[in-house]
Amino acid sequence: MEAKTLFDKIWDAHVVKEVEGGPSVLYIDQHLIHEVTSPVAFLGLEKRGLKVLRPEKTIATPDHNVPTINQHLSIKDELSRNQVEMLKKNCATHGIVYHGLGSEGHGVVHIIGPEMGITQPGMTIVCGDSHTSTHGAFGAIAFGIGTSEVEMVFASQCIMQPKPKKMLISVNGKLNKGVTAKDIALYVIAQISTSGGTGHFVEFAGSAIESLSMEGRMTLCNMSIECGARGGMIAPDQTTFDYVKGRQFAPKGEAWDKALAYWKTLKSDADAVFDTVYEYDAANIEPMITFGTNPGMGIGISKNIPNSDKLTGSDKLTYEKSLKYMGYNQGDKMVGKKIDYVFVGSCTNGRIEDFRSFASFVKGKKKAANVTAWIVPGSRAVEKQIIAEGLVEILEAAGFELRQPGCSACLAMNDDKIPEGKYSVSTSNRNFEGRQGPGARTLLASPLTAAAAAVTGRITDPREFL
Amino acid sequence: MSYDKFTTLTSPAVPLPIENVDTDQIIPARFLKAVERKGFGDNLFRDWRYDKSNQPIADFPLNQAKYSGQILVGGKNFGSGSSREHAAWAVYDYGFRVVVSSFFADIFQGNALNNGILPVVVSPEFLEKIFAAIENDPNTPFEVDLQNQKFTIQATGESADFTINPYKKHCLTHGLDDIDYLISIKDEIEAFEKK
Repeated sequence: MEAKTLFDKIWDAHVVKEVEGGPSVLYIDQHLIHEVTSPVAFLGLEKRGLKVLRPEKTIATPDHNVPTINQHLSIKDELSRNQVEMLKKNCATHGIVYHGLGSEGHGVVHIIGPEMGITQPGMTIVCGDSHTSTHGAFGAIAFGIGTSEVEMVFASQCIMQPKPKKMLISVNGKLNKGVTAKDIALYVIAQISTSGGTGHFVEFAGSAIESLSMEGRMTLCNMSIECGARGGMIAPDQTTFDYVKGRQFAPKGEAWDKALAYWKTLKSDADAVFDTVYEYDAANIEPMITFGTNPGMGIGISKNIPNSDKLTGSDKLTYEKSLKYMGYNQGDKMVGKKIDYVFVGSCTNGRIEDFRSFASFVKGKKKAANVTAWIVPGSRAVEKQIIAEGLVEILEAAGFELRQPGCSACLAMNDDKIPEGKYSVSTSNRNFEGRQGPGARTLLASPLTAAAAAVTGRITDPREFL
Repeated sequence: MSYDKFTTLTSPAVPLPIENVDTDQIIPARFLKAVERKGFGDNLFRDWRYDKSNQPIADFPLNQAKYSGQILVGGKNFGSGSSREHAAWAVYDYGFRVVVSSFFADIFQGNALNNGILPVVVSPEFLEKIFAAIENDPNTPFEVDLQNQKFTIQATGESADFTINPYKKHCLTHGLDDIDYLISIKDEIEAFEKK
């Protein structure tokens, strides 16, 4: 029998048919929807006189647009309110479970799926959001789709996809002190660039990856899209099974045993062939921070901003344009630069482990006076857990206020916008120009590095305090 | 999503010689709040096109009267970032039918094809030739021939072949979308579910 990768095994099990000279018709096990990329798809469906084919395989939550304070009040922004209400209405029309604002199940769509046990190994999962790659942490094929494809899934529970190439990224060895999954992600993207993974689906493997918690694995797979890959995945193991077991939608009893037996087969065969392979040594990774306007422009926090001498043509122009936007110079040291905002949250770093990490660092310290911090849980469940574990008291004693769940300043579709020209150390996933608000300057980092910046008011190596 | 059929196009092109043009630049997130697909072209490249007081930024190519046409030529890794199809809608709604680059981000490329936009991938060297031809004469016409998968700089006669999935080529040539096809194989999908 032909050796297969983890990706091949799941993909092949979901191909309904191959179109001659074209893409595969791929069956989708779980569809996640939110308010921004679904309304036009619902409209298209209605124009065709169709209903959602498998509403039971779809869940919805409003996350991109929602305020992160006073969620019990009506949303002030008329357009945002309209989008959220439209999602609720569409879900009611089509019989889709809707986790509305303030409800127990509310949260960022990529946080609530795993929390509820909806995300399981071996599945195909799509959502009109590029960070759907998050769910690959469970050994699932999960990727972001456009609105036309959302409509395809509504209409047929399938999409048409060319099979991507396969990439293996191995990280072996023990992670250094202060290095988290976010740092691995930023390190890998800095190595292969924001287009290095294009056309590929990535499998992350190696001892450093296996050592990560499910939260860490989700952070890493979440960021796989930032190297241009369709998605990232990690073979399920005991860590995965322990996380899924007992959750609301996880299989129970005999169904669990049967599922587990199948999940244990979900790994790349020893002699499986990947189109592209990268190997890294965990020892070379230090806490990372970005200095430019794409996630590939990241360096170890102790390093200086590289100069553009080796670049030519449009590479050089693009690089220099980026530094100009950031207000930085080539050769600048990152440590010590003043910052204005700290954002902890998003589908990248909005899970309980991220707030534990942040709280453990700021415990007994004080927020710097020049810093505005937005601490935004990824979901209601995370919010409740933060309170249950007593983290909220630690945060408040250090001068931080916990907000309510949503995508928030990651993409600034709500009121959480970083003002023009201000520097934001952010645990989110993109540092594009204007991503966190027009003219905002974003520095991507881990919750730990964000905590160090929050208490010092400057870019600070968190290892100094560990 | 319905769109006009695409066969051949002869047009001058608008140059955007910037790399990694991401979807947040193509259409910033704050313009994603619509519940219908209309008017996105007005906000294409919003923050590069207009300043804070909504005045056009003179040196941005879309604001330069000398540039026109239905072809947009971008630097490598065009369309990186989010899956928002609004980016493709904005490009189409503004009036572009072809985007040329040496490299496209996957999701943008798929979204473009699903919305009647032809993404043409050329070599980095050929891309430089296109930029040079526009710099030499902003009105210089290019021919995009989908049937023969050929992109030609008419002034010099130089051309580059491009690839496209045969199925997608068929869809674009006939103005068809995938949903029609998927609905037509519903029985096969239901049979698959029973397996």
